[in-house]
Amino acid sequence: MLTFIARRCLFMVPTLVAISLVAFAIIQLPPGDYLTTMVSRLESEGQSVDQAMLDGLRERYGLGQPLHEQYLKWISGILLHGDFGQSFEYGTSVAGLIGDRLPLSILLTVTTLLATWIMAFPVGLYSAVRQYSAGDYIATTLGFLGLAIPNFMIALGLMYVMHTVFGYSVGGLFSPEFRDAAWSLAKVGDLMAHLWIPMVVLGTAGTAGLIRILRANLLDEVRKPYVMAARARGVPERRLVLKYPLRVAMNPFVSTVGWVLPALISGEVIVASVLNLPTTGPLLLGALQSQDMYLAGSIILVVSVLTVIGTLLSDILLAWLDPRVRLGYR
Amino acid sequence: MSHDEPLLAIDGLKTHFFTREGTVRAVDGVSLTVPRGKTVCVVGESGCGKSVTARSVLGLVDEPGRIIDGRIAWQPGAGEPVDLTTLDPKGERMRRIRGGEISMVFQEPMASLSPMYTIGDQLIETIRLHLPLGKEEARDRAVEQLRRVGIPRPEERLDAYSFQLSGGMCQRVMIAIALAADPALLIADEPTTALDVTTQARIIDLLRDLQAETGMSVLFITHDLGVVAEIADEVVVMYLGTVVERGGVDEIFHDPKHPYTNALLGSIPRMGAGAGRRLATIRGNVPHPSDRPAGCPFHPRCDAAIGGVCDVSDPPHIVFGEARSVRCVLHDDGAAVGGDFRVDGERA
Repeated sequence: MLTFIARRCLFMVPTLVAISLVAFAIIQLPPGDYLTTMVSRLESEGQSVDQAMLDGLRERYGLGQPLHEQYLKWISGILLHGDFGQSFEYGTSVAGLIGDRLPLSILLTVTTLLATWIMAFPVGLYSAVRQYSAGDYIATTLGFLGLAIPNFMIALGLMYVMHTVFGYSVGGLFSPEFRDAAWSLAKVGDLMAHLWIPMVVLGTAGTAGLIRILRANLLDEVRKPYVMAARARGVPERRLVLKYPLRVAMNPFVSTVGWVLPALISGEVIVASVLNLPTTGPLLLGALQSQDMYLAGSIILVVSVLTVIGTLLSDILLAWLDPRVRLGYR
Repeated sequence: MSHDEPLLAIDGLKTHFFTREGTVRAVDGVSLTVPRGKTVCVVGESGCGKSVTARSVLGLVDEPGRIIDGRIAWQPGAGEPVDLTTLDPKGERMRRIRGGEISMVFQEPMASLSPMYTIGDQLIETIRLHLPLGKEEARDRAVEQLRRVGIPRPEERLDAYSFQLSGGMCQRVMIAIALAADPALLIADEPTTALDVTTQARIIDLLRDLQAETGMSVLFITHDLGVVAEIADEVVVMYLGTVVERGGVDEIFHDPKHPYTNALLGSIPRMGAGAGRRLATIRGNVPHPSDRPAGCPFHPRCDAAIGGVCDVSDPPHIVFGEARSVRCVLHDDGAAVGGDFRVDGERA
């Protein structure tokens, strides 16, 4: 198991290097460099440009030097000092901007993932064990509805109902009075009161998908000979289903953990915009629109790294769950 | 063991599958008995209802199948026999019988073991389900069981997974699991079909030795007459969900009474005999159980079929002795006409 983890970690290194190259390329994509953009911006606002400051910045980012030196400077700044560069849209450091939003993104992701599992698991199990029962049909219908309705639609509908019927503000993750307040128990409570709406919106499609996957997998598995064999040696029915086929059917739960991180941080931009969530998705969208390339490149870098880490985690979980993966059998 | 009642007596068993396309009469009135300490072989072509009969005994028939008629009398001890068809397949009594009193070994040993758990886990689980043993004792017993079925270095093998073992080893593990709680009856459902020939022979030898050692009864399901000759005490020949002939192994091989038994024996390839000649086969195929022919189910393929009789009325059940019977009109009125319609050529 340890060799497995070590090998997987080693494989990560070239992937991460490749990702950083791509992110760097994205930063370099717009014509001109960071300073030309800044100078033209300052001049359009009628301000004079301080040559000394320009030189300082040029030195800091290694502008004018060959590309590989710029890359080295950029990547070592990130690795050694946590310096992702400046966002000229916001005028502050990229690290600070991401640092503000990433924890909330991760919180939302993890809670949504847990909620998805908690809902999908028993319902999928029930639908498979009681195939074609009334409960199975209800779960299937709701599941397909959840899959088919676009998430932003659910978000809009939910906001409308909550606002008109209950007079409840649902935008964002905090009420206005807490938005800039320091952390306190009351603020945590306020966060929890707001968190469930994006959780429901983002979780519906995932839950519906997982229910269908678990149901289909479990139905395949319960017909395998080893289930019959276990039944024939007197294993009680409930224990039988939970111990044997379910463990195999859990496979998709575990192997998709890694994708959930990037999907929720960057993929749910529309929902996050509709719900006005202070997460990284809308930040990335804004950065791309205004060609704030250090910010955009850095978000892409961070999200990609999180994806790689998520994949590693799900691989390790999968190896723990399934000895065939752990022992290298195919 | 002193009483003469059979250990297992199946009487008029009917297991039908109610599919959308219609009712499949997979088992349609099967009667057979398994005496104590004996091996009974059930033979027949694919799809004749052998496996469904075996599964019916343990209540393991999958949806949409159902036992609709018949009795399966199970009498392990001196007391009253239990009718297994009346037990709830999900109930506690049936659960204790499965693996505890009646065990089963299946056709595909690799697929019959879960790849997610070690073989030790699955073996110890069975031991602890049926015997009041602690973890350590159960583990010791598991090692002993693996050694008994001829697995080298059993202590290490306990921690192996099924996909790390060969098919033959997996079948030995399945046999160890089946025998872990000292059952009175072992049902072996084509246990050697998926194995190569040398492994087949070893598994058959193992089963024979274990039976001699434990005195258990074996209900052995196979389509391989070579295996039957080697291990059977009694033989039950099935065709399309019915028993067409029953008898001792010598009677079946040397004095087959039913044309189907005859044809089966005629279609065994033999070394040397008939070199350069076509192998005798039974013409046609087993019809699907959902479009069973009227009258005797075998008449469309039977060389001795009598027009106007075999294709109209069900064949009579002719009893020659306690464990000897045949369902064929040719033997009606007790006339001993066996041997007149052998498939020619192949019998030396």
